[in-house]
Amino acid sequence: MSDKKVLVANAQGFWGDSMLGPLRLVDEGPIDYLTFDYLAEVTMSIMQKQKARDPALGYATDFVKLVGRIARKCKDRNIKIIANAGGVNLKACLAATKKVIADQNIAGVRIGIVEGDDILGRLPELIASGEKFANLDSGESIENVRARLTSANVYIGAKSIADALAQGADIVIVGRCTDPTLAVAPLVHEFGWSMEDYDKLASATVMGHILECGPQCTGGNYTNWREVKDLARIGYPIGEASADGSFVVTKHQGTGGLVSVQTVTSQLLYELGDPKNYLGPDCIADFTTIQISQEGPDRVKIQGVKGRAPTPTYKVSMAYENGYKILGTLCISGPDAVEKAHWIAEAVFERMEMHGAPIPPQARFLELFGTNVLYKGIAPKLEQPHEIMMRIGAKGPDRKKLDLLGTEIAPFVTGGPPGVTGLAAGRARASEIVGYWPALIDKNKVKTSVTVEEV
Amino acid sequence: MAKVKLMDIAIARSGDKGDSSNVGVMANTPELYEFLREKLTPDVVKGFFREICKGEVVRYEIPNLRALNFILHDSLGGGGTETLITDAQGKVHGLAMLHMELDVPDNLLR
Repeated sequence: MSDKKVLVANAQGFWGDSMLGPLRLVDEGPIDYLTFDYLAEVTMSIMQKQKARDPALGYATDFVKLVGRIARKCKDRNIKIIANAGGVNLKACLAATKKVIADQNIAGVRIGIVEGDDILGRLPELIASGEKFANLDSGESIENVRARLTSANVYIGAKSIADALAQGADIVIVGRCTDPTLAVAPLVHEFGWSMEDYDKLASATVMGHILECGPQCTGGNYTNWREVKDLARIGYPIGEASADGSFVVTKHQGTGGLVSVQTVTSQLLYELGDPKNYLGPDCIADFTTIQISQEGPDRVKIQGVKGRAPTPTYKVSMAYENGYKILGTLCISGPDAVEKAHWIAEAVFERMEMHGAPIPPQARFLELFGTNVLYKGIAPKLEQPHEIMMRIGAKGPDRKKLDLLGTEIAPFVTGGPPGVTGLAAGRARASEIVGYWPALIDKNKVKTSVTVEEV
Repeated sequence: MAKVKLMDIAIARSGDKGDSSNVGVMANTPELYEFLREKLTPDVVKGFFREICKGEVVRYEIPNLRALNFILHDSLGGGGTETLITDAQGKVHGLAMLHMELDVPDNLLR
């Protein structure tokens, strides 16, 4: 068997991750592929809002900035980039990426895109052809939200991305794909695996799952955090994959953090459902077959992963308009901070009535941070904290009315009980609630297409 | 028998799936895994999170990782995009779980 290794590093674990991640990964040691994982459920919703305000937005703008800073080095060092940065506006992301490369006069960069994940425009036809799009969690009918849908994207698989790589793409940008797919695709391409070699695809899926949140597998968010060294320079994760599907999770030498069986297992457990049935577009991975061991310092080996054929459906992520929300904060000091906070909150909602914009009780929100809101019922409640943050808000269908609540928070600094402060963030404003609607679609009805062009 | 916190014998990680959170718990030793498999029933976990988890608790076993995975249904006030609560994605549910106190046989703590 070939002893070829393919090094896949994940440079961004979410939209908003440190911009230093990719810059460091390119410089601090060898890698073959740099992946950028941007699209959480929440992220798609934010991008949807941005696109509604400006048709040129709706993708991960950080990605374009970062490409501008690393493209030349990646070209020189033959590092390929794969990103689900397209969000809900793949074309705009492609245009911006091409521009940032052209601006620097870097010649001969081939950019591939995979289209077909966005099915919003096809929904009438798909529903007419028998697709139900019932809510995967609640079973509700799509008709309940159909008129309010703002996006619908299929979580596509690895094949189209691997095809783009086979066509010589140096950078592949996709819209919606599952997070692990970003790691599966380069391995399918490099090792020439069959899309029916389910054990290997499952192992690569596990690798992608470990890498997907960046340093959350190299010591980030780790229970025994005192064991983690040099937090500022925490190493971003690298999967060192072999042709048989086994791989080593590691990080570049000299970086901070910790790669141990514990830090990697922690990430294996992140956002996990049924461990025997980890569903993906290309296979079902069985996490109960994972064999994990410490191979050396900051090197954790994974092998033995078993997989099965995937389901006949892809998952679809839809977003719909679901009213508005507003949230304001005030800091309140003791004595009697809790009592004072309740006094203010009652007055805020009373003033909303005086404005002619009453908030019904079930639409009101009040959280007194500092009274064990995170460990409710678990840690003993502090009856008299010396300081708390009052988080007060509401939900409703009328944005303008909710905005009034934002105007009735600051007045309590001067016109409320003593000891009220902390208004640095300014006046709160209402924002859209984007509802999340997970569903399924018959794979035969999804057609992806690959385009590779040279800048 | 000694009264210890779960954080002394295990590590944990949590995340979100819609309006549910998941809490994965990894025991420090294979023996402690067997002990926790017996003690950390869905009912015990539901009782522990009674003020956070409004729905059902489902448990999965992952013996090869010495881990148990709990799904805490209806625990995020509507889920990541809808809710106003601070921990909209259940990020701290794992650490919360590790505050549980258990009577552990001395031979498992050596």
